Formats: sequence, C-alpha cells, structure tokens
Amino acid sequence: MIDVSHLSKRFGGFNALDDVSLRITPGKLVALLGPSGSGKTTLLRILAGLDHADGGAVHLNGLDASSLKTRDRRVGFVFQHYALFRHMSVAENVAFGLKVRKGPDKPSKAEINDRVARLLDLVQLSGLAGRYPSQLSGGQRQRVALARALAVEPRLLLLDEPFGALDAQVRKDLRRWLRQLHDDMGLTSVFVTHDQEEALELADEVVVMSKGRIEQIGTPADIYDNPATPFVFQFLGNANRLEAQVQNGIAQVAHWRVPAPAIADGPALAFIRPHEIEIDPSGNDAVIRHQVILGPTVRLDLHLPGGAHAEAVIDRDSHARLGLEPGRQVGLGARRVVVFAAP
Amino acid sequence: MSAKSVRVIPGFSATLGLTIGYLSLVVLIPLAALILKAAGMTAQQWLDTLTDARVLASFRLSFGGAAIAALINGVFGLLVAWVLVRYPFPGRKLIDAFIDLPFALPTAVAGIALTALYAPNGWIGQLLPFKVAFTPLGAIIAMIFIGVPFVVRTVEPVLQDVDSELEEAAACLGASRVQTFLRVILPSIAPALLTGISLAFARAVGEYGSIIFIAGNLPGVSEIAPLLIVTKLEQYDYVGATAIACLMLAVSFAMLLAINMLQKWNRQRLGGLS
Repeated sequence: MIDVSHLSKRFGGFNALDDVSLRITPGKLVALLGPSGSGKTTLLRILAGLDHADGGAVHLNGLDASSLKTRDRRVGFVFQHYALFRHMSVAENVAFGLKVRKGPDKPSKAEINDRVARLLDLVQLSGLAGRYPSQLSGGQRQRVALARALAVEPRLLLLDEPFGALDAQVRKDLRRWLRQLHDDMGLTSVFVTHDQEEALELADEVVVMSKGRIEQIGTPADIYDNPATPFVFQFLGNANRLEAQVQNGIAQVAHWRVPAPAIADGPALAFIRPHEIEIDPSGNDAVIRHQVILGPTVRLDLHLPGGAHAEAVIDRDSHARLGLEPGRQVGLGARRVVVFAAP
Repeated sequence: MSAKSVRVIPGFSATLGLTIGYLSLVVLIPLAALILKAAGMTAQQWLDTLTDARVLASFRLSFGGAAIAALINGVFGLLVAWVLVRYPFPGRKLIDAFIDLPFALPTAVAGIALTALYAPNGWIGQLLPFKVAFTPLGAIIAMIFIGVPFVVRTVEPVLQDVDSELEEAAACLGASRVQTFLRVILPSIAPALLTGISLAFARAVGEYGSIIFIAGNLPGVSEIAPLLIVTKLEQYDYVGATAIACLMLAVSFAMLLAINMLQKWNRQRLGGLS
C-alpha cells in the first residue's frame, strides 16, 4: 500500500504539487494523467525518492519514506529516455541492480545469470543479451530499461512517460504488452502520461492532475462518464464548450434543454463531445460551415444561432447517406450534454 | 556496380592532398630529417648512447615523471572538471578561465615562479619538511603545472553530457554513490579522461622551459632528457643528441599509439556512440 498525504512541492514561485493525497492499492496499474506542468512527474519522482517534498508525507507499506534513501526504497523507475548504461551490454544493464548488492543479499554469479536470462526472455530480448544499447531500436531499449527495473523485484514500478519517445505502432504494441506483464507479475505500477487514450486503455485507475492538484481519481470508465470538473471533461477528449443558462434546474444550451438539478440558477458551462452530436438533415438548428474527411469519419464545423460554434463527428456512411455538404441547414441532437456550474 | 561512391562533401583528393602536404611541412619533414641524421650512426654509437647511465637516468625522469604527473593530473583534473560542471558557485567562470593559464604562460615564467615558491626559503618550500625545488620532485611539480588544462578541458564537455538520469537510474537500482561513480560515470567519461591524461603525458615528456629552472638539473638525478639533448648540442655532440631525440620520439609515439588503439577498441565496443 502506498499512501501519499498532503504532499506539496514548490520550485521557486511555481507550485508543482499542491496538497496532493492519493492511495495506491497493491496490484493496481495507476495512471497519472495531466498536461505538462501538472505535477505528475514531480509526484512520481517523489515516490522514487529522486525529489523531496516540501510538505506532506509518503508512506510505503506503512513506512515513512522520508527516512528511506532512493536506493533503499526498492522502486523500479523507467525513464522516458531509457537512461540505459551505454557502456554496458543489455545483459549487464539488466544485471546492474543485482551486481551492486552487498553482503548476504548479493546473489551468486549463476543466480544473476539465471535471473537476467529469465528477464530477457520475459521482455522478448533473449537473442540480444550481448548487444549494446546503441545497437537497439527505441522499443527494444525501453524493454531493456523495464527488465533492468524489474530485476531488483521492486515493490513499486514507476514509469515516466514510458512510451513518449516511441512511434505510434510500437507504442501500441508495448502498451498491450506492459498491461500483460503487469498482470502476470502481480506488480504495483504507476505511470505518468499526457496521453488520455493511453491512460484510459492501460490503467485500472486514472488520476487526473492539473496545476499541481488532483482533479479526479477513478476508473477509466468512471472519469470518462462522470467527469468531476470541466478540466477533466476537456482533457479526456475533444469537447464542444458552450455557454448555458440554468433556471429552475433546467439548463438552456443552444436549442437544447437539459436537466441540471445540482446547479444554481444563472450562467453555466455545458460540454458536448463531437461524436455525441446527432445530425438530423430535416432540422434547422445549425449551418454546416465546413467539413473535413478524417479517414473513416467526417468532422463538421457547425455554426449555431447566436454566433456559437460546435464540432460534430459522424461516420462516413451516415455522412454520405444524409448527403451533407457545407452551407446546408441541419437539425442537431445530443446524446449527452454535461453541465457544470460556471467557474 | 559503380566503383566511385558519391560523397556529400566534394574535393576529397584536394583536401587529402592539402592535409598531407601540411602535415609534411609542419611535422613529417622535420621528424624525417631527425631520423635521417640518426640513420648515419653506427651500431656502436647507438649502443654507447643508449647504455649511458646519464641518458638512462634522464629517460627515467622524463617518462616516469611525466607518467606520475599525468596520473595526478588525471585525478585532480577530473575533480576540477566535476566541480566546474556540477556545481554552480560564484566565481565559477573565473576559475574556469584560470584553468587555461598554463597554456598561455611562457614556460620559463612558470618555472621561475614555481622555483621561487618551492625553493627551501620560498613560501611553500619553507613549510615542507622535504626538498622540492632542485630535486626530481620539482620536475614533477612543473610537469603537473603545465598539464593541468588537458584533463580538465577534455573531460568537461563529456561530463556535461552525462545525464543525471543515469545517476538516478543507478540509485533506483540500489547502487551507492561510490558504485554509481565507479560503474556508471567513470566508464562513460573514461575515453575522454584517457585522452586528457595522454595529452598531459605527452606535453610533460616534451616539457623543457619550466623544468630546467626548478629541477636543479643534477646529471643522473634531476636532469630531463630534453635538457640532455641541449647539453649534448652545446658540446657539439650532434650524434648523441640525435640518438636521444630519436629514442624519445620512438617511445612517445609507441605510447600514444597504444593509447589511441585502446580508445578505438573502446569506441567500437560502445557501438560508435562515445
């Protein structure tokens, strides 16, 4: 169990972390999701002991972590740019954490070789044990970095934008593979990402951060379906942001009237996802100003009465069937409108 | 198949010609003249020169002293480079500029200044319980002085490139600071360090100006080989001077070549990334 309570950290005048509390259950794969500058990497580094908090505490299995040096924490850390030791072969990199042990903890040469072989097998790099990092591709380097981190049997595996430097296809494969590995080995992992798709696909639990604060914690489905703040809604995918007026628990958003029981009367903000807008060719709620074909889908730029704009995304088939083109008047339906009180 | 490969930068033959021409003019022709002169010597003359106790002693001091000085410079130069790269402190730029002074200072000035300091009645000399100036130790001090910039200047840029993430990765894997330095940082900067040490060594072997002031130049004890060459020239013993020069050249060349080979082997091992 990892317990983070009321953590704060400042860099000069900048609040990197502001009263952050978080509990990580063993066996979970947790994503720290946020834009750059949201404090997610700082939090990860504090968990590893690479940075120190100004206030608050971290408890690793009940032990106050401030008394533990990085090297005594038994955390595996995977860096975005791998941080492999380039003068060591793949096998030597993986063995490093075992070779630097001292006294009775130090495994014998045979044990080290054995464990390195098993780990390289696990990350599917058995044939490359003798290569040097400069002779590997980005995806292979990242797998070496992972094997190296796993060699010390970490209590907690921390990954800092682990797929950030890789191209799209490799990233996809590695993601799936990491999820598998996490489950097979029974790890507890925390990874940092700014890619919402990655967080939603990979994590058991997503922690959305912004400006050093936690915006929301929940399962991927939970935070997608029930975003707690406008920030979370907007960060988890494209969103149309529209002005709204609430009166007696009903919000007026463009031509839509949606129930908003928890929100006080007055101005409010409403969000609609582009793919949750339905186009009715016989209505006249908006005018299509522009359309862009994006592979299997079409993005429509819509002009709403009153000067507001919205985007809708529909599939190519419907687009062709409805015979849509710029300049045409259409009716708009919405499968879901989320209303927040005005900030 | 086309026999001629296309090069990005044109004029390979012109640049190669210029390189060889320039090298010949500046380095190869003078050295060739030296060897030509030596080629006229008989075997007996060679044997006489090379078994002369005074010559052998001067070689011991020149090469042995240079090796010791280069190693000391290796350790302290690394330390200086480390401090200059890793810790921002007031006056760092100034200290950084001081490092190059031994390059610029006339060696005689350095020699006289060091002698004044380390003489038995000098500021430092009077504090030490043993003699420094006018002994082989003095020669080594001068050799250290003139070799300081080499290690610092070769290690500095490489050390700047050593990512602090490597140290953090090592710490996460359980390595102590000493282990991190010995197993992670030192191997990454070793090629540059070795280059710096060999440059400092080569410079110290050839050093003349500053050493002759401080060493005392006692034949067989604190006399360096370059001085012996000058002495022989002054006595019109051109053959003896040439023999010593040739031998110095051969030993220096062999050592530098060996270091170069070591570097090349090391680079290949790292896949050309260092």
